[in-house]
Amino acid sequence: MDELKSTPLLAEHKRLKALIAPFGGWNMPIQYESIIAEHRWCREKAALFDICHMGEFLFKGDLAASGLDDVFTFSVKRIPVGRSRYGFLLNERGGIIDDLIVFRLAEEEAMVVTNAATIQKDFAAISARLVGGEFKDISAATGKLDIQGPLSRDVLVGMFGPEISGIPYFRSIRMNILGSDAIVSRTGYTGELGYEIFIPAVKAVELWRLLSSDERVRPAGLGARDLLRLEMGYSLYGSDIDEETTPLEAGIEQFVDFDRDFVGRDALLSQKNEGLKRLRVAFRVGSRRSPRHHYGIFSDGSRVGHVTSGAFSPMLGCGIGIGLITPESAKIGAPISISHENVTMDAVVCDLPFYKEGSLRN
Amino acid sequence: MTETCYSKEHEWVKLKDGVACIGITEYAANQLGDVTFVELPQMGKRVKQFEMLCAIESVKAASDIFAPVSGKVVKVNDALEETPEIVNESAEDAGWIAWIEMDDLAELANLMNRQEYDDFVRGLE
Repeated sequence: MDELKSTPLLAEHKRLKALIAPFGGWNMPIQYESIIAEHRWCREKAALFDICHMGEFLFKGDLAASGLDDVFTFSVKRIPVGRSRYGFLLNERGGIIDDLIVFRLAEEEAMVVTNAATIQKDFAAISARLVGGEFKDISAATGKLDIQGPLSRDVLVGMFGPEISGIPYFRSIRMNILGSDAIVSRTGYTGELGYEIFIPAVKAVELWRLLSSDERVRPAGLGARDLLRLEMGYSLYGSDIDEETTPLEAGIEQFVDFDRDFVGRDALLSQKNEGLKRLRVAFRVGSRRSPRHHYGIFSDGSRVGHVTSGAFSPMLGCGIGIGLITPESAKIGAPISISHENVTMDAVVCDLPFYKEGSLRN
Repeated sequence: MTETCYSKEHEWVKLKDGVACIGITEYAANQLGDVTFVELPQMGKRVKQFEMLCAIESVKAASDIFAPVSGKVVKVNDALEETPEIVNESAEDAGWIAWIEMDDLAELANLMNRQEYDDFVRGLE
C-alpha cells in the first residue's frame, strides 16, 4: 500500500486547522472554516488553493517529429506560443486516460498539466507515444497555487506588477516571482477570474504566505473547489470521465480536433457512426437535496442512467448534478427523477454552465 | 426536569413545558459539515424512541436523525427550510428541529446527561 503524499504546504494547512483527508493519493485540505464560506469567498473576493499535487511534464524538441503532436485530441503545434489548450489523452478505445491542459511555452517547448492521481499513467502513456525530443516529469519539483476570484487580478498586480493585468484568458507569461522562474497562467477550475501560478516547489510555502498576507485572500480547500467547478459544469476525472468514457459521451467533443491523427480517433469515429448509447446530462433538482455520485436517474419510471457528480449549489440554492443517461432522455427541459435507497428527488434537464454570472472573462 | 439529555446518535432533548424540544448536537453538526438541507418531519407524525425521525444533508453526506423520545411531532422549525445553516451556527439552540409531545417521560432514563455524553464523544475520537 503506497503511503499518502503531501504537498510542501501541509504544515501551513495544519497551522490553519484545515480538515485534511486523502484525495487521489495525497493528503489534502478539504476545508479550513467551512466549504460554503470558502466557496462564497471565491465567488466574491479571492480564494487561494494549494494545487501542488497536480502533475507537470516538460517537453523540449520538435513537436511534429517527436510524435507529441499526435498524442492528444488537439495539435500542440497549432497552439500559439504563450497560449494553452484543454483536451484529452485517449486510449485506443477512445476512452479518456486523463483530461489536461498543454501550455505552448516556446516554439519547441510545451508543458503538460495533468491530474494528481493520474501522473504515473499519463507520463507512461505519453512517453510510449514519443519517438524523439526530451520529455521529463517535473511534478515533484513544481508547485502550483491557484488564486481565483474577482479580486485576484488586483491582488497579483499589486504584488507582482502590471504585466499580469494584460494576460488574456488561457494565456500565460513567464516572470520572476520571489527570485525564481515562474509561470502565471490565466486559467482555473472555478468560473471566476483567476490565475494558476507555477513555481519551484521549494518556493511554494513562501508564495502561499505572501498571497495569504493580503486581506482580500483566504485559503479554500478541495471541498469548495468541487462546488465551484460543478457549478460551471467542468468535468472531474474519476467521477464524470474515466477510461470507459469518451469525449463524445461526455458531451465535450469541442475539445477534439478530428482533422488530424491522434490515438483514439478511429474509435471515436466508429462511435459517432454507430450512435451514442449514453450521453452527459446536466440537471437541476427541484429542492435543496443533493444528488450524489451513483444515484440512479429515472425517466418515465425507467432507470436511464446514473449521476456522476452532484451537490447542493450555493449560487442556485438547489441541488445540481451531471450524469450519463440514454441520449433520448437528455433533452433540455425534460423532467427526470434522481433516486437512491429511500430518497427520491425531482429534477429537470438543463444546459451548462449552471452558474452563468462568474467573473471568468472580466 | 430541566437538564438536557443526549442520545448515542447525537440528538439532544430539552423539556419545555412538558414538551420535548429536540435537535442534533454541536458535535454532530461539526461532523456533518455545512448543512445544506433538512427534511423536517411531518406535523402530527408519531415516532418511537430511536426510530428514524427525518433526514439531514450536508455538503459531505446524507444522514438520518433519530427520535430521541417517543411521541407526536407538534411543531417544526420552519426556518431550517430556507436556512439550514442555522444548524451549524447554533445546533443546540436556534437550530432546534422539532417539538415532540412525549408519550412516556420515563424514556428520558434511556438517554445520557451532558457529562455522560461528553465522555461518550471523547471515546469516539
